[in-house]
Amino acid sequence: MTGVDNNPLVEFRDVSYSVPSLSSPIISDLDFTVEQGEILVLLGESGCGKTTTLKLVNRVLTPTSGQVLIEGKPTTEWDPIRLRRRTGYVIQDAGLFPHFTVERNVGLVPSLEGWESTRVKERVIELLSLVGLDADRFAQRFPRELSGGQRQRVGVARALAADPPLLLLDEPFGALDPLRRASLQREFGELTRRLHKSAIFVTHDLREALRLGSRIALVHAGRLALIETPENFLNSNEEHARAYLETLQLRDDEEGFTGGNR
Amino acid sequence: MSFWTFLQQNRNEMLTLVLQHLNLVLISTSIAVVIGIPTGILLTRKQTLRNPVLGIANVMQTIPSLALFGFLIPLPFIGGIGARTAIVALVLYALLPIIRNTVTGILGVDRNVREAAVAMGMTDRQILWQVELPLAMSVILTGVRVAVVICVGVATIASAVGAGGLGVYIFRGLRDVGNTNLLLAGALPAALMALAADFSLGLLEQRFSVEAKTEKKRASILNKLVLAVIALVLAGGAYGTWRAARSRTHSLAGAARVVVGSKDFTESVLLAEIVGQMLEARGVTVERQFELGGNLPHDALVAGRIDLYPEYTGTAYTAILRHPSITDPRAVYELVKREYAEKFHVEVSPPLGFENTFAILVRGTEARRLKLKTISDAALHARGWRAGFGQDFMSRADGYPGFSKAYGLKFADQPREMDLSLTYIALASNKVDLIAGNSTEGRIAAMDLVQLEDDRRYFPPYEAVYLGRKDSLARVPVLGEVLVKLGNAITTEEMRQLNYEVDANKRGPVEVVREWTKLKGF
Ligand SMILES: Nc1ncnc2c1ncn2[C@@H]1O[C@H](COP(=O)(O)OP(=O)(O)O)[C@@H](O)[C@H]1O
Ligand SMILES: [Mg+2]
Repeated sequence: MTGVDNNPLVEFRDVSYSVPSLSSPIISDLDFTVEQGEILVLLGESGCGKTTTLKLVNRVLTPTSGQVLIEGKPTTEWDPIRLRRRTGYVIQDAGLFPHFTVERNVGLVPSLEGWESTRVKERVIELLSLVGLDADRFAQRFPRELSGGQRQRVGVARALAADPPLLLLDEPFGALDPLRRASLQREFGELTRRLHKSAIFVTHDLREALRLGSRIALVHAGRLALIETPENFLNSNEEHARAYLETLQLRDDEEGFTGGNR
Repeated sequence: MSFWTFLQQNRNEMLTLVLQHLNLVLISTSIAVVIGIPTGILLTRKQTLRNPVLGIANVMQTIPSLALFGFLIPLPFIGGIGARTAIVALVLYALLPIIRNTVTGILGVDRNVREAAVAMGMTDRQILWQVELPLAMSVILTGVRVAVVICVGVATIASAVGAGGLGVYIFRGLRDVGNTNLLLAGALPAALMALAADFSLGLLEQRFSVEAKTEKKRASILNKLVLAVIALVLAGGAYGTWRAARSRTHSLAGAARVVVGSKDFTESVLLAEIVGQMLEARGVTVERQFELGGNLPHDALVAGRIDLYPEYTGTAYTAILRHPSITDPRAVYELVKREYAEKFHVEVSPPLGFENTFAILVRGTEARRLKLKTISDAALHARGWRAGFGQDFMSRADGYPGFSKAYGLKFADQPREMDLSLTYIALASNKVDLIAGNSTEGRIAAMDLVQLEDDRRYFPPYEAVYLGRKDSLARVPVLGEVLVKLGNAITTEEMRQLNYEVDANKRGPVEVVREWTKLKGF
């Protein structure tokens, strides 16, 4: 992920994924790339295969056919532990360890990587303030002592901890009320730009996709329906994209919203 | 005697039994933890093994403990008589709850949390130690808690295989019905032990539940404390096992050494003690494995775990050789002698001189009033009587079913089935009018009971003999001499008197036997 070669950071080549218990594949012939510094948004309704796609990236799952390449090398050839530690993952519903303090949750990957404890501690403080949490107040708390929004922030901090070149975010703001959600989206946009992170960001919310994505990949029933920049997406005539845009139109009329703010 | 004075008088013995009990429980649960938790972890990794292994552990738990002990005795290495067998049995009982809770605890860890651990790049080992085990710990501890409580309970039965523990008091108390002190002294500490284990492990469990993690500072100190306690208990268990193993090898080193067994009632203990003291007087080291339950003495003898024990020819003939009963004492003795030599390489000693047969008893007042001498005399009056019989007499083939037919007996009601010891009291206090006791029971004379003559010679002969392994007799020649000397040496009256001293006068068998051997010049 050093960027010296010309390989895209992530490349899906005709990837399909199926499980024996289901007759049709969960993912079919997925084909796309994520370039260095890009935020690719995976947009699609619930159950269309977004989470499965993310898990294929860090080899929590391996494709049934086709290949996922990271820096030009198939995930099956990567050491899974190395690959996962260099890929920050924000899990849907935060997925924090309930028996770890915030500090231990955030410092997990650095600790696993063998950092010294003082360095881990400094890093945790730095990250907590990066996601807008006061380390003095929150570091020693357990996840159940946090609000939903605070937990999501801790989840983001944990994913950033070992400074991974690639972030995978699975509906990181899904469980939040609209106000919190908007402010976190803004902060996250600034953060990734500042840190020059590449990311795959999963959402079912078109506004979020338009706000954050450098490109939007629309997934429908495990297939890629469309992959476009936000501007082109807004003007697309593809049927599933239109269906999404209509809901946007509807809500814009109600709320007086005037398009993306990018 | 009040319970309090009983405790004071038996302080030392009681302390020994409590410690033995505690030791059995600690060692066996420690071993079960060391085997059970890794097995449980393995089962969460190997799904195909899960159901078969849990199934086997489940079946283990349904085997009645006495049957399991009987099954273990003849096995090499793990079997035998004493603490080792008891521990093996206890471990088998303790495994299921520990394995099962380890499996459910680990599989019960939130899927999202486990996936998060994988996605963070934790190795399988790190996931196990840092995520799965800590989150499953309170469930696993519940399993350990259940196992400890089961062990405290089952360990009371361990006395049946000579492992000691509080069961010694409980079984003595059950046989000696008037003596609630014994029962209390056995049952009360066992119950307290179970409650204490349940309570303290319950506290420990709470420490490990995720909810408790909010009180972090306190929790971390307490967790350390709790871990220290667990480590201590495990170390204690390991030390105990080591010591037990050492003392065993030590005692095996003795040259002329004889292991004497007995059944679990007074007379058998007395007869075993007689041989024991006579051997010791002749310079032989004696190990006592007394009060073995059910047919365990036979199993132990055949397996070579004991060298001899007292038996009755009728029991050997019907219960062990499984012949239909016959009534000629010589024929029974000769057949038993021949078949034991062929089948088990066991020698039958000369008869000791008395029989312990079923004694059909009535109250002395009644016998004199109605001029009853024989069972046939009594059969004429039985229609207006009630009878009370022990479970043994009611169920065995040569017991009530055949007996009532042989004499054409009919009672007012279906006979009451009750504990054998209780039938004497029931008879003396007019609750029943006829019972089947033991002919050597010490209380027969003291309670003014009269034994009716078996005029139709229905009951098979139950002559007392010793059964000794032929190889033991060859190894320790003095053993054979002692057995010959004891031939025809004890009359029924003498045996009744010895039983009476122990059962009614509450004296120790060792002391009673010492007086008797001195008196007889043995
Ligand atoms: N291991 C599995 N076994 C069976 N079905 C699965 C499995 N994993 C995912 N699915 C199914 O595949 C579909 C896509 O799942 P997912 O990728 O989680 O969707 P999304 O994240 O877009 O909501 C869903 O219908 C889900 O139920
Ligand atoms: Mg999902």
